[in-house]
Amino acid sequence: MLAFLLTLMLLLGIVIVLAYAERKVAAFMQDRMGPTEAGPYGSLQAVLDVLKLLQKEDIVPAAADKKLFKLAPILIFAAVFAGFAVIPFAPSIVPAGIGIGVFYLLAIISLDVVGLLMAGWGSNNKYAMLGAMRSVAQIVSYEIPAGLAILSAVMICQSLDFQEISYQQGALMNQFPGMEYDMNWLFGIRELGINTTTIGGITTWNIFRAPMLLVAFVIYFIASLAESNRAPFDIPEAESELVAGFHVEYSGFRFAVLFLAEYSMMVLVSLVAVVLFLGSWNTPLPNIGPVSLAYWTTGTVGELSGILWGVFWLLSKTFVLLFLQLQVRWTYPRLRVDQLMHLCWKVLTPIALGVVLLAGLWRLLMI
Amino acid sequence: MERTAVKHKTGFWDVVKSLGSGLSLTWSHFLKAGNRRTPEYVSDENYFKQKDGLVTLKYPYEAIPVPDNGRYRLHNEIDDCIVCDLCAKVCPVNCITIESVKATEDIGTTSDGTKKRLYAPTFDIDMAKCCYCGLCTTVCPTDCLTMTPVYDFSEVDIKNMVYHFTDLTPEQAEEKKQMFAKQQEEMAAAKAAALAARKSNK
Repeated sequence: MLAFLLTLMLLLGIVIVLAYAERKVAAFMQDRMGPTEAGPYGSLQAVLDVLKLLQKEDIVPAAADKKLFKLAPILIFAAVFAGFAVIPFAPSIVPAGIGIGVFYLLAIISLDVVGLLMAGWGSNNKYAMLGAMRSVAQIVSYEIPAGLAILSAVMICQSLDFQEISYQQGALMNQFPGMEYDMNWLFGIRELGINTTTIGGITTWNIFRAPMLLVAFVIYFIASLAESNRAPFDIPEAESELVAGFHVEYSGFRFAVLFLAEYSMMVLVSLVAVVLFLGSWNTPLPNIGPVSLAYWTTGTVGELSGILWGVFWLLSKTFVLLFLQLQVRWTYPRLRVDQLMHLCWKVLTPIALGVVLLAGLWRLLMI
Repeated sequence: MERTAVKHKTGFWDVVKSLGSGLSLTWSHFLKAGNRRTPEYVSDENYFKQKDGLVTLKYPYEAIPVPDNGRYRLHNEIDDCIVCDLCAKVCPVNCITIESVKATEDIGTTSDGTKKRLYAPTFDIDMAKCCYCGLCTTVCPTDCLTMTPVYDFSEVDIKNMVYHFTDLTPEQAEEKKQMFAKQQEEMAAAKAAALAARKSNK
């Protein structure tokens, strides 16, 4: 219960910051000023937006399928929020440390699609229905390259446990029960003879342990944009043609929940990318001879210093990815439906399959 | 400068390069967001030199100055007005309503020395009708009707778009009318008396 509340608070905090950052980043990239009135530099704008939404009337269209319409936002948010349960925030902190975390996450995120379809169908609105159909087609399609990219990371790490994957990507690897005698080699190739087990830092991140995971990371990042309905894959929302897509009929609190779920999804996919590819809560600084930067910036596992360093590194990497998501949104134009499907099925999926094959071969080299 | 056709490149690395150049463009704008342009008039030498940074202004607090002789909101300096009605006559959209009452006593001169002979119980300009042609300011003999640099004067109620420039309260206006009527009566009586006296002399 405590983990639930703490995660919810953390998530709300991040989403508020993100919603504000989105407007400011967008404004700066377009040479505008963004919000300036509410609070210093408009920093209270996102909070005020939420307060405004909470005060608004809760409208349920007369012709809507009321049960589906009311249930959909809750289901969408619950599906996304449940994904946070398996994310390790620090060496000793994971809300629910289950052994098949990666599998659970993929499964629970897929539930999101059902919620989107419920919202689109329940609204009894053409735009909402079209938006939901597009959203479902897009998310289901992009789960394949995303899943394959995740699979290649899982094959390298030989684990479905997020915490175990995290430990493998740093100097603390030998402290994880069951990995006392495991070793990391530079680029994962034993024959090179450079042992990075105690060097840690960026050299043991998954994208360096197995260089083909860099490709997997790019594929996952592109696919995750599509899964969270972000530009340039935002045809489900496509303001200029579908008004707002599947949530066009929602207002007030229900819209706030959908908004929250959308931003939570962005945070979640970025967290997963960081955990699987970018060294999770591990520091990017390696130990260089007597200058043990990695240990200094890791803290002691289980104590407050370890928790703070872990959360700090995890969140700062996540925010870098979130910023990239924002920048991509304000840089690239929206893809057409056929371009979207072309990219998914004819480009990303074949490359992802190749990466999976290569990851399997690489794993043989690593032993 | 000769224009050349844009070649359509579709290779993998061309696409990656074009994606990268897009990102670097937005990134460079993001980095320059610390600069802001200053609200200066177009004649300022800095006006065309501020190419980087945020271009928008916090409008109600900052605004780019407008030209001095631009056509914006009208203002009538009623103390200088001789109520000649020229502006109302020349107005192409009839947005000026003037009612005049002749003065019975000396009411002074305008700032340029013209003698004032009329009161204006009504001097209304309906800014919602005004077409900002500026003809009224051209014909004004005492230059009391001018255009000001104010352009932001929207109202919630359209009735507030009618500007009242008169300096008389309705009671004062009524008083002036009665004084004029009384003077007219007295003059008529005096005229009748003079006429009667002339007739009796014959």
